[in-house]
Amino acid sequence: MATTDSALSSGEYIKHHLQNLTYGRFSDGSWGIAHGADEFKEMGFWAFHIDTLGFSLVLGVLFLFLFYKAGRNMTVETPGGFQNFVESVIDFVNDNVRGSFKGKNPLVAPLALTCFIWIILMNTMDLVPVDLLPRIASLMGVEYLKVVPTADPNATFGMSIGIFILMIYYSIKQKGIGGFVGELTLHPFGKAMFPVNLLLEGVGLLAKPVSLALRLFGNMYAGELIFILIALFPFYMQWALSLPWAIFHILIVLLQGFIFMVLVIVYMDMAHTKATDH
Amino acid sequence: MNINLTLVGQLIMFAMFTWFCMKFVWPPIVIAMEERRKRIEEGLLAAEKGMHEKEEAHKKSKEIIKESKEKAAHIITNAKSQAASIVEDSKELASIEAEKIKNRTTAELEQDTIKAKNELKNQISDLVMKGVSVILEKEVDSKNHKEILNKLTQSL
Repeated sequence: MATTDSALSSGEYIKHHLQNLTYGRFSDGSWGIAHGADEFKEMGFWAFHIDTLGFSLVLGVLFLFLFYKAGRNMTVETPGGFQNFVESVIDFVNDNVRGSFKGKNPLVAPLALTCFIWIILMNTMDLVPVDLLPRIASLMGVEYLKVVPTADPNATFGMSIGIFILMIYYSIKQKGIGGFVGELTLHPFGKAMFPVNLLLEGVGLLAKPVSLALRLFGNMYAGELIFILIALFPFYMQWALSLPWAIFHILIVLLQGFIFMVLVIVYMDMAHTKATDH
Repeated sequence: MNINLTLVGQLIMFAMFTWFCMKFVWPPIVIAMEERRKRIEEGLLAAEKGMHEKEEAHKKSKEIIKESKEKAAHIITNAKSQAASIVEDSKELASIEAEKIKNRTTAELEQDTIKAKNELKNQISDLVMKGVSVILEKEVDSKNHKEILNKLTQSL
């Protein structure tokens, strides 16, 4: 809270909240946790965001643990509360996969489920009061903490690049290298114009993972930023703004997870089916 | 918002989670759900089959009752007609028997009559013989005139 941290100006407060806890390589070759903007710059690519990785790991493990336990305790006759929830989620994902994915691949539905639940859990971190976890961390001596993994482009791009690799892998597996290259070069104008085709189709192909990552990142980053801005208001005013925004944000949290899942399914379907002539 | 090694870590984590989900989380849940779907379907089918069977059995039992009623009626009519025919037969038999008895007794009566007549003849002839012998004690020898006497009795 800015009012209590008198040493911090509003700008510094925002900057501080948008800074990940980073572990990386200093210019002299040694590894350590970064303190201050200069050190973040110094590390460049050779750094890990401990908070992003930590929270996403914990949340991913939580998701898998809960669903694994539900799967182990599945009963056919009398499903209990959590099993019902898991089943409805699985049904929901399965319906989407059946609706959009025409091929046959046992990977797609679990992939969609993982994206859906994991992203929702990571997005949900946005609903934890912005100052709560960083404050606790700072009391324990941790200087920086950014709790929403999906508000870190590294997380969203990490996922979308994984999707991109799968898209290319299955495109080549299903259509052959010739088929895949043909898809990139023979549309939409025919053989003679293949450089133009390659440019158009190449952009189209690359835009998929980029848009997938940036959409999720943008939404969550903006959401988090607004929570931070609201936190700059005097404490007696905060609830009037943060409550509506949090309620609205619940929608975004679920919606972004859903959109990511649907797009993953659609991209997988595109990778599995031959493109028709435009 | 700088891109760094976090991306690689996240990518690896994503791959591992997806793999684990595909291997250990997804299949048991889906299998159990499929199993339940099948069971419900089977149950509904069985219920429908049971209803159908019940209806069939109901129909069948009605048919059986109807048939047995018909059979009973048939048996009763049969029995009645049989009884009637037995009565008829026994009537006929009785009348035949009566006829026979009547005939026999008539024959017996006739025979008895003949017998009695014969006896009477013999007795009369004896009487005549006695009378004659008394009258003709001396003149007539019963031995000599036996033939004549026999002729006489024959003609009687």
